Amino acid sequence: MARSAQKSDPNWNIVFLCWLIAGISTLGSLFFSEIMLFAPCVLCWYQRIFMFPLAIILLVGLFPFDKNIVKYALPFAAGGWLVALYHALLYSGVIPESLQPCAQGVSCKEVYINLLGFITIPMLSLMAFSAIMALLLILRRRLSV
Amino acid sequence: MKKRDVVLIAAVVLILAFVLAGYFYKSRQAKNIAFMARENASTFVRDHSPSYGSDDAKVYIVEFLDPACETCSVFHFYVKGFLAAHPGRIKLVVRYAPFHDNADYFVKILEAARKQGKYWETMEVMYQSQSYWASHHNPQPKLVWKFLPMAGLDLKKIAKDMNDPAIAKLIEQDLADARALNVRKTPEFFVNGKPLPSFGYEQLKQLVESEIEANY
Repeated sequence: MARSAQKSDPNWNIVFLCWLIAGISTLGSLFFSEIMLFAPCVLCWYQRIFMFPLAIILLVGLFPFDKNIVKYALPFAAGGWLVALYHALLYSGVIPESLQPCAQGVSCKEVYINLLGFITIPMLSLMAFSAIMALLLILRRRLSV
Repeated sequence: MKKRDVVLIAAVVLILAFVLAGYFYKSRQAKNIAFMARENASTFVRDHSPSYGSDDAKVYIVEFLDPACETCSVFHFYVKGFLAAHPGRIKLVVRYAPFHDNADYFVKILEAARKQGKYWETMEVMYQSQSYWASHHNPQPKLVWKFLPMAGLDLKKIAKDMNDPAIAKLIEQDLADARALNVRKTPEFFVNGKPLPSFGYEQLKQLVESEIEANY
C-alpha cells in the first residue's frame, strides 16, 4: 500500500488534475469577487455552489485514493456544467433575455472581462466544468474495465 | 516525489499565486487612480459636488456614498470626527453611488434639501433614522418623510424640487465617475486621490493622518 502510493498512478493523476482545475477555478472566482470586486450574479453563485465543494471532495478522494470519488464528484461536475452551459448560452445571446431568471441585483449578462474576444467568465467556468466532467468520465471508464 | 508533497506544493503555489496576483492588482489599481487624480481630477470632484469644510484645506476626502447604506451612516460620523479633529485642514466632498434599489430617491431628497440650505442637516437626519426607513437593505421611500421635518425642511418644496431633471443628471454623472474609479461598494473613500489600501476605519484614519502630515 505504501509502495503503490509512491509510484505514478494514472487514475490518481486524473483525480489530481481535476482537483487542480477545481482549485484554480475556486481561487479564480474568489479573485474576481474579493479582489476585483465583481459582484457574482445568481447564475455565478449556482456554479460556485457546484465548484467549491469539488475542490474539497476531490482532495479527500486523493488521500488515500478512493475509486468512489467518481460517484461523489460527478454529480457536482454535471450540475455545474449544466448551469455553466445555460449561463454561456445566455451570455452569448443564444437564449433570449426574456428567459433569464435574474431580474434584481447583478445582471447575469454583464460582461466583466473579455479576452481574445471569447474568453469571458462564464466561458471559463464552462471550460473548467467540461474538463472536470470529461476527466471523471474517463476515469469511470478506466475503473469499470 | 510523494503524492502528498505534490498536492501540498500545488496548493501552496495556487494560494501564493492568488495572494501575489491580488497584491499586484491592488497596487496597479492604486497607480491608475493616482494617475487619474493628476490628469483627470474632475472625476473625483465635480462642480456640482456638495462639500463640507474649509476651501483652504489641503486634504480632500472624496466619499462615494449611498444614503441607504448602513456602513455609510457609520462612517459619516467617523469622517465628521476627522473634520473636527483637524479644523480647517480637511474638506469632505460627497459623491453619490446609490447602489441600493430606490436609493436615488433619497439622493434626490438630499439635493432638494440643498436648495433650502439644509443639506448637512438632512443627511444627518437621514442617517439617524436610516434603520427605520431602510432596514435590511430594503429602503422604503415613503417612510423617510416622517423624519424630514426634523431637519427643518419645507416638505412641499422638497417634493417639487426633487424631480428636477438636473438632479437626475447629477446622479448619472456620479455613477459614471464611480464606474470609472471602479467603485463597486459604498462607502468608498479617496483621500487626495489615494484609495484605501483595504476597507476599514483604521485604514481611513491612517490615510487621512498621513496626508495631513505630508501637507502641513
